Amino acid sequence: MTSPAPVSEIRIVADRLTKRFGDFVAVNAVSFEARAGEIIGFLGPNGAGKSTTIRILTGLLRPSGGQAIVAGFDVARSPERVRENIGYMSQKFSLYTDLTVMENLRFFGGVYGVNGARLEERLKFAIGMAGLTDRTDALVADLSGGWKQRLALGCAVLHEPAILFLDEPTSGVDPASRRRFWDLIYSLAGEGVCVVITTHYMDEAEYCNRIALINAGRLVALGSPSELKRRAIRGEILLVQGDNPGAMLEALEGAPAVRDVAPFGSSLHIVVDDAARDRPVIETLLKERELGWSRIEPIKPTLEDVFVQLIGADSARATAR
Amino acid sequence: MTVGVDDRTGPALEVRNLTKRFGGAAAVQGLTLDCAKGEVFGFVGPDGAGKTTIMRLLAAVMTPDEGSIVIEGINVVATPELARSHISYMPQRFGLYEDLTVDENIEFFADLFGIERSVRDERAARLLEASGMTPFRKRRAGQLSGGMKQKLGLTCSLIHTPKVLLLDEPTAGVDPLSRRDFWRILYGLRGEGVAIVIATSYLDEAERCTRLGLLRQGRMTYCDAPEALKRLMPGEIIAIGTQQAREARGLVACLEGVKGAILMGDSVHVVVDDASLRSGELKAALDRAGVAIGDMERIAPSIEDLFVSLLTTESDG
Repeated sequence: MTSPAPVSEIRIVADRLTKRFGDFVAVNAVSFEARAGEIIGFLGPNGAGKSTTIRILTGLLRPSGGQAIVAGFDVARSPERVRENIGYMSQKFSLYTDLTVMENLRFFGGVYGVNGARLEERLKFAIGMAGLTDRTDALVADLSGGWKQRLALGCAVLHEPAILFLDEPTSGVDPASRRRFWDLIYSLAGEGVCVVITTHYMDEAEYCNRIALINAGRLVALGSPSELKRRAIRGEILLVQGDNPGAMLEALEGAPAVRDVAPFGSSLHIVVDDAARDRPVIETLLKERELGWSRIEPIKPTLEDVFVQLIGADSARATAR
Repeated sequence: MTVGVDDRTGPALEVRNLTKRFGGAAAVQGLTLDCAKGEVFGFVGPDGAGKTTIMRLLAAVMTPDEGSIVIEGINVVATPELARSHISYMPQRFGLYEDLTVDENIEFFADLFGIERSVRDERAARLLEASGMTPFRKRRAGQLSGGMKQKLGLTCSLIHTPKVLLLDEPTAGVDPLSRRDFWRILYGLRGEGVAIVIATSYLDEAERCTRLGLLRQGRMTYCDAPEALKRLMPGEIIAIGTQQAREARGLVACLEGVKGAILMGDSVHVVVDDASLRSGELKAALDRAGVAIGDMERIAPSIEDLFVSLLTTESDG
């Protein structure tokens, strides 16, 4: 998606967006654009400024500096126009658990000002999309996490928003439901909805078209998952699998040639400058400690490797500043 | 993998035919399991499959209807109060004292477990450092974000060294950097012989376990090492990099030998019966339709691929 988008396709423009709370800079000159039909994922450590950025983009919080145009409206000047054109779904789903599925949908329809024939049509759409046709009279309290999640999504898109904001939408939802949820997100994006999502889970980040990596309020990297894996990693990753990963971890931490090492199931991911050159060094080290391995080979970096390396490097630079 | 049951000393945790019913429905049915010292065992499964009930039974905060649990030779069901000093349990919502500070909460749990001053200070400092919580030691727990509360809960559960550590969705809302650091700490505990049992719905976390149990409606239907489980995956996966992922999925979904196709950011993962047989056909179909593709390669299934496939097969059958 490197070709420039027509202006009409752009749904979000953030230009040096900044938010200060007293002396603390929560969001520091963040700039990016997002287009119709694009799914953009915000990743970053707890407290990095992801939620604050989303609150500004949804018109809930005024920026201290910079500008954001969302769905064609300035978030600082016309936050209510912004809110009419966006859908928002939080990690808590914000549903009324003592009301039925249909009562919740009608309530949110009212909140978003959808009524009459259009409401009936949108209710039908939301119920069908969420797969809740046989459960419209069920109490929300009795639904499992996956159903609640799909209902919350249905509520968030009743007014056909141009942009959908999802704040950690799949916390505590099982894998099969999560995959089904992502099918829905893709079909919404296919109809041109611009989707902004925050997540802590790398398997989920892989679903995004582009990822915005945020650390200490700043945008550290922006690109597709495969671009980030290709460009962001300094060095190469060696996977080592063995009987005693704990002892291997101890042996390899801080060893020459080893830039970083992290446990990964029964194996370790070792970041080295040059896999071919450094592999014998590591093998010798393991032999000296009498640590056996069943597998050692270079692998492609995972998104988590990218995340840890970029955030780690950025935090180190921040400390040095 | 040689992490298995040590014959000389016995497993850290022995579970036999564990069953728990609520009303007529069995929430956990006939669970039998041995966990070795130093093992990380993960329970995964859909909502309501029984993960949390199992954790509560193992933690001796709930009594089973049938079956036995033995930790360190202690019968947990008969004498839960004797077993508790060997167990650390972190429920999904850890009971933090919101009006106490981070330090005071840790202090409280350290007192509860009777941890010596020198040990607790050193360990608290290490855990807080690992989770990036050091600057927040004087903050009240009620004022922490969800992710930070979770980290504090973990810190409090790890303040003593139990024989069995039970973690229910331990890193929900915790960022990847801190998660990696926690896994480092867990690996350290493995080295000390602690058996760790985790319930999780995140499969990148499941990949880190030495063995996994897949739960469905209270029964453990599969139990093995992640690598071994992946070999059960029916079919093979081809990843196709393309900027026209939606078009590509539509085109390949109806081809012969294609069992499913999933959009993944800037690629499509296609599940086929035989990758070497179908690669050429996929490429030809996409070329004919004018869909530009980049890398195309066979990839190993993730744990998520496997579970989605196993769960779908089971519910179909």
